[in-house]
Amino acid sequence: MAIWLTENSKIIVQGMTGGEGTKHAKRMLASGARVVGGVNARKAGTTHLDLPVFGTVKEAMEQTGADVSVVFVPPAFTKDAVIEAIDAGIPLCVVITEGVPVHDTTAFWAYAVAKGNKTRIIGPNCPGIASPGASNAGIIPADITTAGRIGLVSKSGTLTYQLMYELRDFGFSTAVGIGGDPVIGTTHIDALQAFQEDPGTDAIVMIGEIGGDAEERAAAYIEQHVTKPVVAYVAGFTAPEGKTMGHAGAIVSGSAGTAQAKKEALEKVGVRVGKTPSETARLMREIMQSR
Amino acid sequence: MDLFEHQAKELFADYGIPVPRGIVAHTVEEVRAAAEQLTGRVVVKAQVKTGGRGKAGGVKVADDAADAVAKATDILGMDIKGHTVHKVLVEEASAIAEEYYFSFLLDRANRTFLAICSAAGGMDIEEVAHSAPEKVAKVPVSALTGVDRAKAREIAVAGGLPEKSLDGAAELIEKLWCCFVDEDASLVEVNPMILSADGQVKALDGKVTLDDNATFRQADHEKFADKAAEDPLEAAAKEKDLNYVKLDGNVGIIGNGAGLVMSTLDVVAYAGEAFPGQPKPANFLDIGGGASAEVMAAGLEIILSDVAVKSIFVNVFGGITACDAVANGIVAAFKLLEERGEAVTRPLVVRLDGNNALLGRQILRDAGLKGVELVDTMDDAAKRAAELAAVGA
Repeated sequence: MAIWLTENSKIIVQGMTGGEGTKHAKRMLASGARVVGGVNARKAGTTHLDLPVFGTVKEAMEQTGADVSVVFVPPAFTKDAVIEAIDAGIPLCVVITEGVPVHDTTAFWAYAVAKGNKTRIIGPNCPGIASPGASNAGIIPADITTAGRIGLVSKSGTLTYQLMYELRDFGFSTAVGIGGDPVIGTTHIDALQAFQEDPGTDAIVMIGEIGGDAEERAAAYIEQHVTKPVVAYVAGFTAPEGKTMGHAGAIVSGSAGTAQAKKEALEKVGVRVGKTPSETARLMREIMQSR
Repeated sequence: MDLFEHQAKELFADYGIPVPRGIVAHTVEEVRAAAEQLTGRVVVKAQVKTGGRGKAGGVKVADDAADAVAKATDILGMDIKGHTVHKVLVEEASAIAEEYYFSFLLDRANRTFLAICSAAGGMDIEEVAHSAPEKVAKVPVSALTGVDRAKAREIAVAGGLPEKSLDGAAELIEKLWCCFVDEDASLVEVNPMILSADGQVKALDGKVTLDDNATFRQADHEKFADKAAEDPLEAAAKEKDLNYVKLDGNVGIIGNGAGLVMSTLDVVAYAGEAFPGQPKPANFLDIGGGASAEVMAAGLEIILSDVAVKSIFVNVFGGITACDAVANGIVAAFKLLEERGEAVTRPLVVRLDGNNALLGRQILRDAGLKGVELVDTMDDAAKRAAELAAVGA
């Protein structure tokens, strides 16, 4: 079992004909994901990677039954692409694009809410979602881990891969990279809730980083609603105040948002927090072995 | 990017927001000329990108040009929370009847915009927000519907502004919203927003943060860049499109992915605690997905030009990036730097894991580069890099 993305998921790629879109559509196909087409208004009616290219998301859904879209279009066009996906009513839209202006993200999020939140948005600036052995929507390498019963939710791409790799002998139900931007669609809390409800997930790894208060809010949610064991890792203990380190959301201003504050909030509700990624993997290993 | 007050006010003026007349001055001579031009009482304001200037003595009222020079002499060169004052804004003094607070900002938690408004503005707004939160109105603003004059007025009323200020405040707030949206700002703050003795609502201060992700459609924002204050290494890295942040330690760091590099900084700092001199990370450098020889060479070059660096830790997890490509990048970078007469002489600890890791390690072993050590895990590699920095210290 898995959350949000299963072996039955049919994936279309918005921006499939571009460089990144082509590269990762190929990788998704190679990993066994059911990529069924692409969207590019200027290349409608053509084929790319032996797959049909449609003019709109709506058309692609009608023709293929797609229920997942992965967005690779450049930042300047991301807002329109996501709004198109929302208008088409696709259940899941995974936005990989990095460097989307925050006014655009805030606008498409507001649009999704106004349309009744029928489309789950993951990202932007994220590696996507992978349910090992079942499907893969985004750029998470399919072969670094196996199918299993750990759920993972993370703000960071490479730390996601690191943990998936370290725990590859146990395997994962689903790994979700939610992205490190200040405004994102799917949050830690959304993923925690889904993993808690998923019969295929036994324990959860949560990876956070400095900036904002998402981890603190996740801690409050865990205390109230999550009975499955959770281990966490927070990056950025030694990051200086007021400096942006790659992720636009990872910036500490004032006392809130520090890694220490996040660690304390999580530990207070019984979440074990690893000092390093490897220690975090060890903590999860102990939990899985004791089951 | 954060703007200086004078830049924020120039931007405000472009949107028709009333601001006092002012002139930027870098020297006392310029201050004298500015004060003479403005005539009458002026305010000399330190231009630094931090709050609490007033409390630190960085904002002074002067009666005339001579007095302005005296005040500026104290302020120029002053240190405010680690920021040296290199320039001041000389502004006509305003007759203040009342002080309010206003800002638009991004509300990350609720994924929307927020207007914050209060009739209790001025230097103590943070204290007011803490002790009397009911005096500070927080009004969510939808990115879809935005702020028109009616909404602006509603926000001003919620903030408790008196009737006599509402028209002026609503006009200012509406214009400020246009500035916030059209300039891709994540913060515009006016504290204080004043009612002047002659009944005008004005922006007496301005704080603006612009979204760096929007640079592609905000070409004119480049003029706001504070090149003088930029760290020379950071500036050089920017030229090469490297995501580099200078820190104050002695272990150079190269990694792929923002989260992994941030994590590497932490792991190195922990490891350093066990060694003499407690080695710390010298920088943040994310080489991203590509990790080509050119990028690796550019990264190594920047790090090696930091004289504080005693050892370097290359920490790569091959997800999309293949470790053999990274290894080839390192080998080629060494060659490239040697040809330029900048041979790498400081020790390099490399940890490669993930996609094609075995192949990558083999390439490095075969190359036999002097001073390069392979360590299997991130924690052990961090320890070794810290140890080498301690030895070299």
